[in-house]
Amino acid sequence: MTEAPIIEIRGLKKVYRAGEVDVQALRGIDLDVGRGEFLAIVGPSGSGKSTLFHILGGLTPPTSGTIHINGRDVMQMTEAGRTAMRRDSVGFVFQKYNLLPTLSAADNIEMARHISGKSGQAPDPWFQDVLKLLGLSDRLHHKPRALSGGEQQRVAIARAIVNHPAILLADEPTGNLDTENSNLVLGILRDLNDRLGQTILMITHNPEAAEYAHRIVRMRDGRIV
Amino acid sequence: MENLKHRPVRTLLSSAAIGVQVCMILTLVGVSRGMLTDMANRTRGGGADIIIRAPGSAIIGFSTNFSANVLPVVQKMDHVDLATGVLVQPIGGIDSITGIDLDRFSAMSGGFRYLEGAPWTGTQEIVVDEVWAKTKKIKAGDTQNLLNTNWRVAGVVEAGKLSRVFAPLSLLQDLSANTGKLTAIYVKLDDKAHLEPVIAALKDRLTDYRIYSIDEFSSLFSVDNIPMLRQFISVIIGLGLLIGFLVVFLSMYTAVLERTREIGILKALGASPGFIVGILLRETALLALVGSAIGILFTYGTRLLITTLVPNMTQVIVPDWWPIATVIAIVGAMIGAVYPGLKAARQDAIEALSYD
Repeated sequence: MTEAPIIEIRGLKKVYRAGEVDVQALRGIDLDVGRGEFLAIVGPSGSGKSTLFHILGGLTPPTSGTIHINGRDVMQMTEAGRTAMRRDSVGFVFQKYNLLPTLSAADNIEMARHISGKSGQAPDPWFQDVLKLLGLSDRLHHKPRALSGGEQQRVAIARAIVNHPAILLADEPTGNLDTENSNLVLGILRDLNDRLGQTILMITHNPEAAEYAHRIVRMRDGRIV
Repeated sequence: MENLKHRPVRTLLSSAAIGVQVCMILTLVGVSRGMLTDMANRTRGGGADIIIRAPGSAIIGFSTNFSANVLPVVQKMDHVDLATGVLVQPIGGIDSITGIDLDRFSAMSGGFRYLEGAPWTGTQEIVVDEVWAKTKKIKAGDTQNLLNTNWRVAGVVEAGKLSRVFAPLSLLQDLSANTGKLTAIYVKLDDKAHLEPVIAALKDRLTDYRIYSIDEFSSLFSVDNIPMLRQFISVIIGLGLLIGFLVVFLSMYTAVLERTREIGILKALGASPGFIVGILLRETALLALVGSAIGILFTYGTRLLITTLVPNMTQVIVPDWWPIATVIAIVGAMIGAVYPGLKAARQDAIEALSYD
């Protein structure tokens, strides 16, 4: 028996208001993502991939269609429900790293644990291995401004997976990195997927980055093509 | 904590502004209490057991006078060792000049201890206490103009006996058109054990006069017995709340705008609106606590300033008001943080994340 997809999307549409105009960002998306899959979504600016990323991350509600993430119906979720989904089921990695500038790398990671109510719990041995994998063990007490772009992005990855999310969403994770650091970060994402079975959905406009994924989905004008 | 450390100047300014608010409240209470305690101590320093004042006179203030013919009546009462009358004339602000019969007052109070000069011997002479001398920067032999009259300062005495400026009673009565009038009579008993019966007898004899034991009279020097003082303190507390509210409102509103992207990050991590408001409220409480500590320290500064610039005003440190002023600061600050907190909690995560 085939395992149910971790993400199941049917006829997904998103319309948002820009001034006086309704913009159709997504025009009916159908997509399944398997558990443990590493999927890349590629497409030009305005193709709707960021909107899809935001809906999958519970940052904005869809307009119509059906979307199930880890068995839960996102269409039926309230704002509080989407907040809980971000906290418990999704980890984000952004192009601009988005670390809290006032906190050290360790505290940035700890903040995610704190929000999920795990800050009082003993350190996770699994996570110590992840830190070694990310090469961050000796950089944890530095603040973001003292870290290179590649290091900041690795901290962001650590923060995204510290709570064992069902899905890791990465939005242009190499967009601000040079080639060497891009390859390093992409290699880490593939390692996380290969070695830990982490489901990853990566948005990128870079075809070389997309090659690291198991499967590539292309979007244009709000549709999968 | 890290957020407050990240903007040290703003944190320091906000805390200092809250400190000013706390200092304002504590200084007002400290000055009120200091002045009242000083007045009570000086009243006790006169050495009397009983004070007799005019019918209808207020606790604070000596504006109502009565006939000096009452004095011999009091002096003849049983167990009255000594009775002496005084006339008090206001000379502007919180100051007054007290006309005394120097020999009788000295007999009652144990006499002045002269730091400079000597008792008056001629007319138009006054004796001032050390606090007054320091306030007015005068010494024995100088001239002071009071009640449109030039007085020679005959002596400077140790503070603590009834008043700060003393003049011959009869001269002050004539100068102030109060010939044959007294403001109060101070009574010393041969034995304090007779206090209650003598007060009862005086009340029986001097119907409607205000007659108190000195201890009772001194105890009446409280905030509640000064007309409008309690209300004035309430107004200052209200202003303090308003200042705290405005300071924190502006500070937190700016902080929320500056930290829009960080709030977006927290939302992306799954922080609930309550979590985000909680962060701001905790920062606000910390600001208010630091501000309160600064305000308490400031009160030592205001006391030094008052002692230096206005020595005849007394400010005491009021530790029992520290928690009250701190709570007022926290409440004002919390109210100020509510709107910025709600604004932060309501921010759209996607817009916040794209904020530069």
